[in-house]
Amino acid sequence: MGILEVKNVNKSFGGLHALKDVNLSVRENTVHAIIGPNGAGKSTLLNVLVGKLIPDTGSVMFDGKSVLGRKPYEINQMGISRVFQTPEIFGDLTVLENVLIPCFAHRDGVFRMHAFETVEREAAMIEMAERILEDVNMADKRHAHAAALSRGDKRRLEMAMCLVQEPKLLLLDEPTAGMARANTNSTIDLLKEIHEKRAITMVIIEHDMHVVFSLAQRITVLAQGTPIVEDTPENIKGNPKVREAYLGTAEV
Amino acid sequence: MLGLNRKDTTFFLIVIALTLFTPFLMQPFGETSPLAQFNGGYPDLMAKVAIFGIFAIGFNILFGLTGYLSFGHAAFLGVGSYAAVWMFKLLTLNVFPAVILAVIMSGLLALLIGWISLRRSGIYFSILTLAMAEMAYRLAYSVLTPLTNGETGLQVRPTDPRILDGPGAADYPNLFGLELSRSWRLEIGDHLFTFNVGYYFCAAFAILAFYISLRIFRSPFGLMLRAVKANQQRMNYTGLNPKPYTLAAFVISGMYAGLAGGLMAAMDPLAGAERMQWTVGGEVVIMTILGGAGTLMGPVLGAGTIKYLENIFSKINENVLHDWFSFLPDGLENAVVWILSRFTGEGWALTLGLVFMLVVAFLPGGLVEGGQRIARLLRRRGGKGEGGAGGGEETAHTSPSTPPAAE
Repeated sequence: MGILEVKNVNKSFGGLHALKDVNLSVRENTVHAIIGPNGAGKSTLLNVLVGKLIPDTGSVMFDGKSVLGRKPYEINQMGISRVFQTPEIFGDLTVLENVLIPCFAHRDGVFRMHAFETVEREAAMIEMAERILEDVNMADKRHAHAAALSRGDKRRLEMAMCLVQEPKLLLLDEPTAGMARANTNSTIDLLKEIHEKRAITMVIIEHDMHVVFSLAQRITVLAQGTPIVEDTPENIKGNPKVREAYLGTAEV
Repeated sequence: MLGLNRKDTTFFLIVIALTLFTPFLMQPFGETSPLAQFNGGYPDLMAKVAIFGIFAIGFNILFGLTGYLSFGHAAFLGVGSYAAVWMFKLLTLNVFPAVILAVIMSGLLALLIGWISLRRSGIYFSILTLAMAEMAYRLAYSVLTPLTNGETGLQVRPTDPRILDGPGAADYPNLFGLELSRSWRLEIGDHLFTFNVGYYFCAAFAILAFYISLRIFRSPFGLMLRAVKANQQRMNYTGLNPKPYTLAAFVISGMYAGLAGGLMAAMDPLAGAERMQWTVGGEVVIMTILGGAGTLMGPVLGAGTIKYLENIFSKINENVLHDWFSFLPDGLENAVVWILSRFTGEGWALTLGLVFMLVVAFLPGGLVEGGQRIARLLRRRGGKGEGGAGGGEETAHTSPSTPPAAE
């Protein structure tokens, strides 16, 4: 049994059958990549996992519990964190405040009326936030305005915000989209380090095969809403069905 | 002190001092000075500044922190006033029960209106709150007349039961017998200063309101409210439900408005539906933006500026202007007076409109930003060598201990 079990999930938008009988099992402590050409249903699948979309049929079990019908914040509290294609951070706040928010969410749950406490006296929270910022090499930028960060730093910050919650599963939606090769490589290193140090299960949706083959231990290939193959990277590379699905659009 | 760090304690003490010395600060000119009409240190105006300051401070907790723009806060002001006058009529003319009920009733109404309106955000939220307030205003004139006394307004009458007041009790809102209308005068040379019980009563609440707002700004709760404004999507995916946070902010700001309404009734025991009109709800929006939304001092500055303009500029009529410009040749005098009189007297709102437009266009951070810019300019003038240090302060500005949203 995997930590994440997707069974017979179907999702249609009007006449478009975006997900057809999707079955997916993600084993604990693996990096599992989902690849496929544009329109294969990768993002739809991700949105089902985080509670943004509710599938027409099928079940999604995480850690033995169903995620279906739960709100995104409830699913997050179950231990699923998500990194977006374009980094979603609190642009108006400082880097440290950005990381403090998930710290409070981790400690206090979905809502707490802590109106008469003081942020700067929450030593444990601040320490926790500063530690994660050091882990992603952003400690020197802790007082910077988040909106003013470079794209790569925003990505790191978002990653730190997810990690500080100690998630069991980290979902990454094209974490290197729009990055230069050097930044891509540093993101790969960061993800590798996170995986090794923290033993977090990761599901990555990615176009860049370089990223996929550098990180993934299992790969699922999605085409037209259905998983066509699930295997190790070595076997995927030589699989003719995968080549066919991509029609040479990627340097496999 | 009081759970504040050193910087905030200093800030808070300054605010207290400013509030206590308002009767001096707003009365800078002597009685015989030609500028005497610019004096604002009379009880009615000072109390209005304190009351609208409270109103705007509360509004700022919602709008400044979460970014939810409500046009319906006049409803809470009105309900606060009605609740207070009912307490005067039924229980006692002592102001404490009145103010307490005003806060409770407006809080309950805010819970209801917020619960409905916060299903939407952005412009739809604003329109919903506007509609709710307008509905409250119309109801006060129609089906609720037994409670509101319709167009006449709710008043205290000698026939009211006032079950807690004995036969010899004061006939005016009082503080355990001390009437709010009571004033002491202090004459120093040409200067006349007025110390009014009502003003200090309102000022005490304004200080309390400011203190609570300061604590909220510095709290994890305040941080969450700023997170709502910054990115609700990320908040949802960080395991936080934005809804109760916004609702809490809405109810708190509604209670502030109710307190302001209750104090208005305490200063003048009369409540009318016109307090619920949408223009009143719009006024608090203008006050907050003019002063600087999201800053601690901004709303108070905005409230003070607008109330001062309203009361002082509206007194400058054509006769006063003719007096001032009598040294000019006749034709020119008439022309100048004609132009200026559009902006003063009954036309004071035009001045306000111009000031508001200029502030929004050139100082998006409001008067507070204006003050900060001047301070920065002075600092740069003061010592060119400190350029590097000034830059350092810039970054310190955005540390969590002094969030950019708070001064």
